[in-house]
Amino acid sequence: MKTDELIAMLSAEPSPVPRRAAARRIGSSLALGTGAALVLMLATLGVRPDWQQAMGWPMFWVKLAFPLAVAAAGFVATERLARPGVEIGGAWIGVALSVVVLWLLALAVWLGAAGDERAGLVWGSTWRTCAATIGLMAVPVFVASMVALRGLAPTQSAMAGAAAGALAGGAGAAVYALHCPELAAPFLAVWYVAGMALPVLAGAALGPLLLRW
Amino acid sequence: MLSHAGQAQAQAESELRSLFLRAQDGDASAYHAFLFRLAAHLRVYLGRRLFGWPDDVEDLVQECLLAMHNQRHTYQPEQPLTAWVHAIARYKVIDLLRSKSTREGLHDPLDDELAVFATCETQASDTRRDLAVLLDALPDRQRLPITHVKLQGLSIAEAARLTGMSESAVKVGIHRGLKALALKVRGST
Repeated sequence: MKTDELIAMLSAEPSPVPRRAAARRIGSSLALGTGAALVLMLATLGVRPDWQQAMGWPMFWVKLAFPLAVAAAGFVATERLARPGVEIGGAWIGVALSVVVLWLLALAVWLGAAGDERAGLVWGSTWRTCAATIGLMAVPVFVASMVALRGLAPTQSAMAGAAAGALAGGAGAAVYALHCPELAAPFLAVWYVAGMALPVLAGAALGPLLLRW
Repeated sequence: MLSHAGQAQAQAESELRSLFLRAQDGDASAYHAFLFRLAAHLRVYLGRRLFGWPDDVEDLVQECLLAMHNQRHTYQPEQPLTAWVHAIARYKVIDLLRSKSTREGLHDPLDDELAVFATCETQASDTRRDLAVLLDALPDRQRLPITHVKLQGLSIAEAARLTGMSESAVKVGIHRGLKALALKVRGST
């Protein structure tokens, strides 16, 4: 087939192209995946029993706001990396800044605590399961956003996979936070960050395999 | 003052962009003109990057055209169109060089912004790979809608009547078929 014939073929019967396809598809994946993660959490773990009381505590909201900030930055990064020739811009800074702010808060709490309390602030009572459960809660958004990326055009596949991982990790951690009994910033600084790093690493590793077009 | 190359780049940008934006709204003749102009632009752009493999240029032009058609929903008007076009072309070049697994893949041409842009004199040469052969290998539910609508110029409704498919199945067949064709193109290099 000559190139002119290919051009004639492609331009016959064109249909109007939807606008902002990347943001809409990744947004749908986020909504769908977060819904699935919520169902998974409610079915297997349940919301923490004292949630009404917990809603009055500032740390409960910090624990929710931190992963949501990571998810928001991850969304911007994923949406940009899904479109050829668009620079990722400051989106990574949003992820890094969320983590750094949490670490500073954790450091302040840790330094302010008496020596014999410090270990408890880091280990809490659920450190064994926290990171892995966050990784599990991230799976629905991770799968949905990788599917969305396969219908878009990421040219940096490892970066795009990692960004989708940050989106999924943030969303998964926010869902898990509704169940999690921990409130100490040092605990979040270690185990929540570790839990969210799992899908980021998975995305960076799987991106080059799954996101080629 | 813009340099000569800068002017050429700005002109390519504004011409390609205005045609493409009309095409995105469903204007077939604008889309045809756009693809024609784009092919000439790509021929020069890719020719400079594949200087070791002149025979591969036209194949890659076709692969890029197909990829840009399939991915045209990833362009947003606030972005320079040439940035989008060059990012896809570069991605396809890297893909080709990687599949050739040669050290040439490490080259980063220095004259990216010094492009002398293509004009209509640049003729299409023959390809080594024949898209028609790859098209024939698609399943009927994709091949027939593409042949009837895209090659023979029938309307969606006529193609639906002829094949006994529903109109939406014809549209889906075209869409999926062109994606499948792009995958076959990748697999054949």
